[in-house]
Amino acid sequence: MMALVENHAPILVILIPLLAAPLAMLFGNKGLAFLLSLAASVASFLLSVYLLLLVRDGTVLSYHIGGWAPPLGIEYRVDAANALVLLIVSALSAVVLPFARTSIATEIAEKHHTLFYACFMLCFTGLMGVTITGDAFNVFVFLEVSSLSTYVLVALGAEKDRRALSAAYDYLILGTIGATFFVIGLGLIYMATGTLNMVDLAERLSTMESNRTVRSAFAFIVIGLGLKLAIYPLHRWLPGAYTYAPSAVSAFLAATATKVAIYAVLRFMMSVFSIKFGFEQDTMTYIIFPFAIIAMFAASLIAVYQINVKRMLAYSSIAQIGYMLLGIALFSTTGLSATLVHLFNHAVTKGALFLAVGAIIFQIGSPLMANMAGMGKKMPWTSAAIVIGGLSLIGVPGTVGFVSKWVLLTAALENGLWPISLAIVLSSLIAVVYVWKFVELLYLAPIDESVAAAANAKEVSLSMLVPMWILVLVSVWFGFDAEFTVQVANQAADSLFNGGFLKDAVIVGGEGR
Amino acid sequence: MDHHLILRVVTQILVAPILLYGLYVQFHGDFGPGGGFQAGVIFAVGFILYGIVFGLRRLRSKFPDHVIHKLVALGVLIYAGTGVVNMALGGNFLDYNVLSPDPVQGQHWGIIAVELGVGVTVFGVMMAIYYAFAGRPPSLDDKDW
Amino acid sequence: MEFNFDLPFILGHLNYWLFVILMLTGLYIVVARGNLLKKIVGLNIFQVAVFMLYISMGKVAGGTAPILTGTAGEAYSNPLPHVLILTAIVVGIATTSLGLALIVRINETYGTIEEDEILEMDQQKGQSELDAINKAAAATDAQGAASKK
Repeated sequence: MMALVENHAPILVILIPLLAAPLAMLFGNKGLAFLLSLAASVASFLLSVYLLLLVRDGTVLSYHIGGWAPPLGIEYRVDAANALVLLIVSALSAVVLPFARTSIATEIAEKHHTLFYACFMLCFTGLMGVTITGDAFNVFVFLEVSSLSTYVLVALGAEKDRRALSAAYDYLILGTIGATFFVIGLGLIYMATGTLNMVDLAERLSTMESNRTVRSAFAFIVIGLGLKLAIYPLHRWLPGAYTYAPSAVSAFLAATATKVAIYAVLRFMMSVFSIKFGFEQDTMTYIIFPFAIIAMFAASLIAVYQINVKRMLAYSSIAQIGYMLLGIALFSTTGLSATLVHLFNHAVTKGALFLAVGAIIFQIGSPLMANMAGMGKKMPWTSAAIVIGGLSLIGVPGTVGFVSKWVLLTAALENGLWPISLAIVLSSLIAVVYVWKFVELLYLAPIDESVAAAANAKEVSLSMLVPMWILVLVSVWFGFDAEFTVQVANQAADSLFNGGFLKDAVIVGGEGR
Repeated sequence: MDHHLILRVVTQILVAPILLYGLYVQFHGDFGPGGGFQAGVIFAVGFILYGIVFGLRRLRSKFPDHVIHKLVALGVLIYAGTGVVNMALGGNFLDYNVLSPDPVQGQHWGIIAVELGVGVTVFGVMMAIYYAFAGRPPSLDDKDW
Repeated sequence: MEFNFDLPFILGHLNYWLFVILMLTGLYIVVARGNLLKKIVGLNIFQVAVFMLYISMGKVAGGTAPILTGTAGEAYSNPLPHVLILTAIVVGIATTSLGLALIVRINETYGTIEEDEILEMDQQKGQSELDAINKAAAATDAQGAASKK
């Protein structure tokens, strides 16, 4: 049994949630569905930890699906970069599920609870699959598995607010356009090279810089994935989807979906297309770089003026995506390392914030900021979580947000771009404004009488507090002891930037026949 | 549609061959063109045709929604379960060679099992989509058509 | 890289031209039409265009269907793009039916499937939320002023 788990860990991380989804539907009992999903998430999480420990020294694992050796067969390939993302996704799923069990009670009709868990597991499978696969077309398949279930999850918020439907529809249209662009790009590189395996692609593409087909393929792939990850001007679907989705879904999506898309972009930019390509460096300098800076400022400014807390956090997410893209656009190992550290740190921070806000909404039934006035006294633990999460969003020392900003600043200064480091600090100041606005409202504003009169204006139960505080504590812990995350991120950045992903891999799997 | 005699008779004649053809496409899939996707759709078409002509209610009484939903899940389980069996027998996920002492025979077994899973799911999904849209309370009355 | 933009080039890539035209038609419909249903139709045309791209690229001149017949040296079309596009077709069906399901729900709750009308209703809702907050804030201020006196 142990040998089975050890040999097949790369496939088991996605196979377990893939099995959990239909089993949940077959049993059709929501308690059982919850237990299955939670067990699957925890198992995936443990396997991700195991994989990360295996690859943190720079080893690359390769698993051949169906026993067919790549480039003919589909290969799952694990290096430090995707092991880190696997860890983020599975950890968040395991933490969010217990919260979801309580929070969906008020948000989703009871008969849909089983379907919710099944969809959640499919979304989780898709995200893990995008991350782990080493086959370019497989990325598309898993991307659509996760996206389609995400549209359903967002639309489930319609029980409370009908705007969830139009938000889900917008997301569906834009997401599908993005995915289709991505497929066109894949088709073009397949025409140029005749292969879809990432390692094989990298090898064949490395001599094709002047090939027009390859260039247009690159454009299609970056734009397609850019729509999924909400690069600044392509972010239109994000605020609506995060605002009107059920709280637990918002937390899970905000923490994982865009991170996985960023990872996919990184994989294609760094590993599949050679980083030496002139057109790729131009894309970084003239497109991603300015839009990252604009996102940092514009989205933060928009966040300041929101009256809906979830929408505020959604815009803040777009700004944070700007930081991650800035790290990529700096085009150095340190810059990439900053992006990867921030992937982890932002996932933890935003997850905690969305869960905490979700807890308040669960109690008072309104996502509007004005109705949350004075809740700091009624819900001390939840509000404290918001304060710590907010501090991390700003980047105050002692939280993970500081670590990522520090690495990003170092990377900017390393490239001699001191105006950029100034921009990073300035945009953090805008974050202070919207975080303070909310914290002030929670603690200093007089409580809204009509809300206080409602019976539920008290602290939430442990099932909601524990998940939120796990994330808060993780964000503080890795804020003080950043060695582990930074070391993994450095290794991952090295693997992406210096081609560690492409070198000979250790083949795992059954002995076959 | 009680008064559409021709439609009813033609449908009664057609449904059985459609289902038979679906089964042919399903199980011939490892020798020639065909397979679970196509077979699932063809098989579902037989039932949907029946549902259109004889009324959704009659179809639903034989194939209730929850059965269809279970079929969707079952197909995925057959597919993934085949992979798990392969892993238990010492191969990789979906490595059909280990299913039988003769690898070629193993590939045959494996692809039949996987395509069966695909077929069941596609059939279930097609039926579920039809139920979901046709089962909505109509805003048009029957005589407005 | 040099190539001649002449008639053989244009006619020789006929299916690729059609792909471009179909793709842009679909994309244009998605962007320009306000009716949610028409957007889905556009999305479908857009996706079908991609199917055509893939099927064209799998074609080998003089090739038959990729089925083993035992004849040695037989040319056959590349089956891989066809398999890939089968997956994409399935994704397309799922997207279409999900989109249509959302439209049905939107029609039931909003009573319309015109995008601008839905947007207007959503904005009105947002505005009413804002107004309520401003009113409450004004009331609190007035209360505060009164208590100071």
